[in-house]
Amino acid sequence: MPTDPQHTTLLPHALEFKSTTFSVPVLILGSNDAVNIKLQLQDKIQLAPEFFKNSPLILDLHELNKQDLDIDVSSLIALLRSLALLPVGIRGATTVQLQQAIELGIPANSGTNQAAIETSKAQPEPHQVTASEAEPSYIAVSTTLITQPIRSGQRVYAHGDLIVLAQVSAGAEIIAEGNIHVYGTLRGRALAGVQGNEDARIFCSDLQAELISIAGTYKISEDLTESVRNHPVQISLQNNTLTIIDL
Amino acid sequence: MARIIVVTSGKGGVGKTTTSAAIAMGLAKRGHKTAVIDFDVGLRNLDLIMGCERRVVYDFVNVINGEATLNQALIRDKNCNQLYILPASQTRDKDALSQEGVGKILDELKKEFKYIVCDSPAGIERGAFLAMYYADDAFIVTNPEVSSVRDSDRMLGILSSKSRRAEQNEEPIKEYLLLTRYSPERVKLGEMLSVDDVQEILSLHLLGVIPESKSVLNASNSGTPVILDEKSDAGQAYADVIARYLGESRPHRFIDEKKGLFGKLFGGK
Ligand SMILES: Nc1ncnc2c1ncn2[C@@H]1O[C@H](COP(=O)(O)OP(=O)(O)OP(=O)(O)O)[C@@H](O)[C@H]1O
Ligand SMILES: [Mg+2]
Repeated sequence: MPTDPQHTTLLPHALEFKSTTFSVPVLILGSNDAVNIKLQLQDKIQLAPEFFKNSPLILDLHELNKQDLDIDVSSLIALLRSLALLPVGIRGATTVQLQQAIELGIPANSGTNQAAIETSKAQPEPHQVTASEAEPSYIAVSTTLITQPIRSGQRVYAHGDLIVLAQVSAGAEIIAEGNIHVYGTLRGRALAGVQGNEDARIFCSDLQAELISIAGTYKISEDLTESVRNHPVQISLQNNTLTIIDL
Repeated sequence: MARIIVVTSGKGGVGKTTTSAAIAMGLAKRGHKTAVIDFDVGLRNLDLIMGCERRVVYDFVNVINGEATLNQALIRDKNCNQLYILPASQTRDKDALSQEGVGKILDELKKEFKYIVCDSPAGIERGAFLAMYYADDAFIVTNPEVSSVRDSDRMLGILSSKSRRAEQNEEPIKEYLLLTRYSPERVKLGEMLSVDDVQEILSLHLLGVIPESKSVLNASNSGTPVILDEKSDAGQAYADVIARYLGESRPHRFIDEKKGLFGKLFGGK
């Protein structure tokens, strides 16, 4: 319907368009095994149910397509929705996958990525598929967010970064492959970069930890000097020693 | 909607049963039909504190096993007709309770009662697990000492990960802190943690501070919940707890040292 500019300007102001940036978790698939994806997603969600409940999500199929692994986008989206995740975009998809997504109301989210990958180029050779299937599959969710206190006896593992918006009690353990941020008192054990990432760091607003560790190098409570105890600090690994500096 | 309240602590002997009896009576006195259940199978304590030990015919385990109906086992309190007690068995071992059995009984109780108070046994084993599993609210009973605080923290972790609400991804159990056997004099001497210390470690909503009081022993000897002793400090502190739980605001009392006659006469802090 053609709009009549003279008409609409007379109407009371009802809307406006703005451009804003949001941060939305990106789900990078490294396997097309639906059962596996479901299990691993459930594990992730278990770690921070409140964070994932009705969380928007962008699907990234770039890794999959690089390995010439195809996936049925409509059943993938159905799976995500059944876990109360809300896919809002897709990237790194093939033309066919993109078409499927658009039919389900999920737009392409190219960002800095290339446009749709041509399916014709992605004819898998049988032995290649077997090789990549034999590799451990992974799902990378960039950040795990915990909003509740982590209590004595509880343990949290994050494949990426871990952000805790509450305290970590003595007797609790938080572990991340990436960085750890604790916006509360850290009284328990915190282990960052557990898969060997020596650049990982630990940040906390009050250091009273029982143990801190980066990529396997650790300090126990006794080793913490009075100059850093009870302080907001940043902990990093420099020349194989943990360095603790005030924030 | 009925609400299930678990009174729990992890550590033993901190005042769970004393608290269960007091708050169940407090809620019933406010006109809410309330049931209080003893989950401490094998020890049986609540009926003594409630003064109904000589009227026990059937118990919790009998009901679970279908040997008696709930109505046969529930004992009406002698002081308040809105309050009923479901005693524990002294003769069975603690494996007599099953998760489905407990769930079924609680469902049945929910139809008739506004509040169901579950007196948890100590520890973090099966009995304590079953007492908290179906809870909507948790009263964490803590004494002002490091080991009790640590055990409470552990129990909070269990509430937030192993309860029905956690498993089914529902709104989490509402957690309240009850600091009991508090003695301002001993806090001042550095023998006990202060309210602030405990709050700092647990970061929980403080529902009340119950002072260390002789009235508690007197009450349990006479088989009447201490909240009925309206002149006692502990009784008043529990009454405040009920008021706050029901949404009324009351300033905290019994946190500061008692003033001697001199202090009372000349005021000042
Ligand atoms: N505020 C108080 N002041 C003085 N004594 C108290 C107070 N609260 C509880 N007690 C006493 O502490 C002892 C333990 O109380 P209670 O039986 O209520 O604890 P519990 O946590 O139920 O113990 P259990 O873990 O064995 O079930 C009792 O002797 C009781 O009289
Ligand atoms: Mg008891």
